[in-house]
Amino acid sequence: MTEQQVLSVLVENKPGVLARVSSLFARRGFNIHSLAVGPAAEPGLSKMTIVVRAPELEQVKKQLHKLVNVVKITELDPGSSIEREIMLVRVRANSRQRSEVLQLATIFRATPVDVGVDSITFMVTGSPTKLNDLLELIRPFGLVDLVKSGRIAMNREPKARKLKAVG
Amino acid sequence: MGMITGAEILIKALEYQEVETAFGIPGGAILPAYDPLIDAGFRHILARHEQGAGHMAEGYAWATGKVGVAIATSGPGATNLVTPLADALMDSVPIVAITGQVPTHAVGNDAFQEAHTTGITMPATKHNYFVTHAEEIAQTVAEAFHLASTGRPGPVLVDIPKDVLNARVPWRDPEPVAMPGYRPTTSPHPRRIREAIRLIESAERPVLYVGGGIIKAGGSEALAAFARMTNMPVITTLMGRGAISDHNPNTLGMPGMHGLYAATTAMQKADLLVAIGVRFDDRVTGDPDAFAPFAKVIHADIDPAEIGKVRAPEVPIVGDARLILEAMCERWGDTPTPELEKWWTTIRTWQERHPLRFDQQVDGPLKPQHVISRLRDRADDDAIVVSGVGQHQMWASQYWRFDQPRHWINSGGLGTMGFAVPAAIGAKAGMPDQQVIAVDGDGCFQMTVQELITAAYERIPIKVALFNNAAHGMVRQWQRLFYNERFSASDLGQQLPDYPKLAESMGCAGLRATRVDEVDHVIETMLEIDDRPVVAEFVVDRDEMVFPMVPAGGSNDIVLNGPEDL
Repeated sequence: MTEQQVLSVLVENKPGVLARVSSLFARRGFNIHSLAVGPAAEPGLSKMTIVVRAPELEQVKKQLHKLVNVVKITELDPGSSIEREIMLVRVRANSRQRSEVLQLATIFRATPVDVGVDSITFMVTGSPTKLNDLLELIRPFGLVDLVKSGRIAMNREPKARKLKAVG
Repeated sequence: MGMITGAEILIKALEYQEVETAFGIPGGAILPAYDPLIDAGFRHILARHEQGAGHMAEGYAWATGKVGVAIATSGPGATNLVTPLADALMDSVPIVAITGQVPTHAVGNDAFQEAHTTGITMPATKHNYFVTHAEEIAQTVAEAFHLASTGRPGPVLVDIPKDVLNARVPWRDPEPVAMPGYRPTTSPHPRRIREAIRLIESAERPVLYVGGGIIKAGGSEALAAFARMTNMPVITTLMGRGAISDHNPNTLGMPGMHGLYAATTAMQKADLLVAIGVRFDDRVTGDPDAFAPFAKVIHADIDPAEIGKVRAPEVPIVGDARLILEAMCERWGDTPTPELEKWWTTIRTWQERHPLRFDQQVDGPLKPQHVISRLRDRADDDAIVVSGVGQHQMWASQYWRFDQPRHWINSGGLGTMGFAVPAAIGAKAGMPDQQVIAVDGDGCFQMTVQELITAAYERIPIKVALFNNAAHGMVRQWQRLFYNERFSASDLGQQLPDYPKLAESMGCAGLRATRVDEVDHVIETMLEIDDRPVVAEFVVDRDEMVFPMVPAGGSNDIVLNGPEDL
């Protein structure tokens, strides 16, 4: 798998902005690994978290900058940023497997949100790695359905300063 | 405060932007705007096809340096504008397109003449707008003009539903444009300028590689000054022809696929490329991995995305080409002008060994290069030359001698056949006192020929030198070279149509030359007629090919200078 890079993109909250971004990616042949969008803290602005392939990063940033509605682009460093994803996963679990599946889920802090005769649906949040690890472990039971939110991310507060303050 | 319609606001907003000429065609959704247009303080030229209107706006923008305006209705009117918009995006031409849209309540319902104009034109514009309230029209138009004409220029579209044009609201002067996501960098970073000058000072085989960016920035004077100070050879891309005079001894002409041998080869052998207002287009570089293999690169452009897109430079400079060149001149200061004697001797040898050449026999078929040369020698010194796309375009670029910027107008990036006639009309509308000559091929000519009716009706006396080789000449050349002479669908028929008669039927003068001894007379007559457009058909040798040539995707080290090199 090619190395990935996470961009946090502040955009004006105007109709068609998402279309402009995706049209740009299509036009330039860039790959979007995941894209999540929602309102930003500043009124009138939205924040997009876009995961792209690292080799394309420079051009992606420059081309995104050319979009008039793009206000700011921040490249997130995996070492100093928080990345989260939410996943809903329905796994096959009859009465005999149920406790085993639940036990696994507990380790990953997955919350059962729907329990049926033949399956359990969990909600899990966490880093992409954590979600993938859980998926690998429960796959043998049988995946019935799966949906992911796409990654959202933000920078941590600069750590060096905090540590110094503590002494 | 007096209430006026959105349509009246639109016209007033265009007047506010000091529009002098607009090109367009009315239709259902834009009809409200055409009513106040009758009383507008600017001229409207009724095109015969919206594509024509769009190219006219481009030609106008190229010739005048101002923003060109095209107006069309919804649906097919808007989709017909897509080609000129894409063309303007590729060649960074500042135009604003205004399109009508079906009424707001009908949007999304597949209404009559509805098309998703902003969606369709998104990748073909620098930016576009869908206006939802009449109060926003004036400000939106102001933003559109600002976006079109600043930074890297380009096309901007404003789509306005019919009910918005009919709504009654008060006029408010637009506020100064402030867009949080749009702040182009124009002043170059001084440290980059210092780094660039250091490289130029130590270079032994430097080349200035300049393009359309110089012309847009009005950087010609600074370019000439910098070339004089540094004694560097200057290579002008297809879009940059005229950025520096072809009579300047430092000028080597056009490089690349059909470039002059000395220009192409100078880049291949250079140890430094000073690239300003260019984008390392594939027609210039050939195989990018084999392009200018010994050269360090200074790349200066207003668009940061162009820097490093094709070639990673040693010194990147973001900024306006004129400001960059002026800063370079200032930094260079009193540094003695380098002789570069060895380099110039080598270049002069290439020029002498491989000049442009053609062979016109007195009783043989007409050679297009001969016609271009004769036309060049007889045309006004400040004639504006507009070309279509193909062989005739390459010959025009190769053989014309441009003295000033904005005197060469063509479709470079998109390669839009049919560009010449409407773009020439736009250029002439903007610069009525200058001779405007469209150099066109028969394939191109047939694509937008009806705009000659516009020219005749609106009394815009352009001159068309029509090169008739009864074929899509460049296609035929490639089929000859790369497809075993299987001329699939490239034959247009020698007698179809009868061009002088076609021209006359559209209110133009029609002339024809088929033999060498007819050429001068036809050219003189063509240049004399000034009360209506003229079409002078030159029936030329259909087997003539454009050389030099670097086959597509090949290395620029291998230049075919003529058929004998095949």
